[in-house]
Amino acid sequence: MGQRVGLEVSLACSEAAKLANVDVIAAYPITPQTHIVEHLSELVADGDLDAEFVPVESEHTAMSACVGSSAAGARTFTSTASQGLALMHEILFIASALRLPIVMAVANRSLSGPISIWNDHSDIMAERDIGWIQYFAENGQEVLDLTLAAFKIAEDKRVLLPVAVNLDGFVLTHVIEPIEMPDQSEVDAYLPSFEPQQKLDIAHPISMGMVGMPEVYTEAKKACLDALEKSYSVIREHWDGFAKQFGRQYKPIESYKTEGADVLFVTMGSLGETCMTAVDEMRAQGLKVGQVRIRMWRPFPADDFMAAIKGAKSLVVMDRALQPGAVSGPVATELKSLLYDKGQSIFVSNFVIGLGGRDVTRADFANMAKKTMEAQSAGKEIACEMWGVKE
Amino acid sequence: MADSGMQSWKSLALGCAMTEPGSSKRFNTGDWRSRRRPVTDREACIKCGRCYILCPDMCYSADPKAEGFYNWDSFYCKGCGICIVECPKDAISWQEEKEEDKYGPACGS
Repeated sequence: MGQRVGLEVSLACSEAAKLANVDVIAAYPITPQTHIVEHLSELVADGDLDAEFVPVESEHTAMSACVGSSAAGARTFTSTASQGLALMHEILFIASALRLPIVMAVANRSLSGPISIWNDHSDIMAERDIGWIQYFAENGQEVLDLTLAAFKIAEDKRVLLPVAVNLDGFVLTHVIEPIEMPDQSEVDAYLPSFEPQQKLDIAHPISMGMVGMPEVYTEAKKACLDALEKSYSVIREHWDGFAKQFGRQYKPIESYKTEGADVLFVTMGSLGETCMTAVDEMRAQGLKVGQVRIRMWRPFPADDFMAAIKGAKSLVVMDRALQPGAVSGPVATELKSLLYDKGQSIFVSNFVIGLGGRDVTRADFANMAKKTMEAQSAGKEIACEMWGVKE
Repeated sequence: MADSGMQSWKSLALGCAMTEPGSSKRFNTGDWRSRRRPVTDREACIKCGRCYILCPDMCYSADPKAEGFYNWDSFYCKGCGICIVECPKDAISWQEEKEEDKYGPACGS
């Protein structure tokens, strides 16, 4: 059995990559991801991890090097944040199109400008459509667990897609938490070595990254879409397998006190834990509130979400990124589209909160719920609102 | 666009990889040529080989029957005209080409 240690969450993320025995890490340091790659470079330099650490000159190159190493059949890890993720942009699509099982930790941070090193989800929301599996961790243990599981999922021959593990910058990355650190033998039992289905090999030459003429581009995209959609059940299978091996269960949509709840908060990432405390307080006051947390963002677990909100009268949807000029934030846009498809006219309020590291408190949740309930009982429409803007 | 050459998304190789090495040899880029082809006047040719060196598609190859001269490849020549511009003796010139003659015998062979 492993042991419980006090560890900075960034280091837990690096240790997950070490436990996964990665072959190649190509990364460029950027706040708040720095400690993740710094620790990995130490592990490699000290001989504790037998891997190539490629100290590239930019994130564009980091992701390009990851594409190359993964194509050559190496288990590949990287990590970035914010501007770094943005700089990777064009290569991110190539990684998924080539079906390369790269694992990347994204230490979520806002995008400039103004320049901000602090946490929100603007970075990953701008990369929503890259064709990667994308999910969110809420605490340090989840970062370790979900990073480990990411390799298992990505490399499964039914999937073969890159995975982005999102963890909130600073709120998670720079916090020391108690972490159950598994033994290497336990990890090895869960995660076998990477056996690529195809790779760049001079003995059996293939070409990757070909031109797709109009006669094939649509079909190539369809094949990737199909793989992403079908990854849903494989992700569940490997999360269940993780629970069997390590005793911690993860689900695409997590619920908290949804039974008998009229109002449900919808959160993603570490904010979920603050929200749970707020739900406890409101429940103590007799308010019928609960919470659902979107863990799996891509592919979006539509049926799980619908099952989780069954019986609720309204949703209070948190967005940690702006979708300027749109009807609502990216998460609310997704949910409203789903609800429309399902013929549900449940009341939805949408608050853009916690931008650029702005604190979100338990009182904020209470006030958002209050505002939602008042609007609903008054039969008033409620527009997407940037919460807490100083007038 | 005709659907010839199209295939089901289910039959594509993983990541749309090309799993057959050298398959681009079958890619008939000569089909891009429009109404004219480069033709070498061997009376004027001084066998310098600049057409062979400078052709971006390697459409000139040594003529096994006539040392120093080069054969032209109708299957790959896109008709860019670089050989015509670069020939120091203006020995290569455009010749009108009918669509049905596009894949006719290469010049000099």
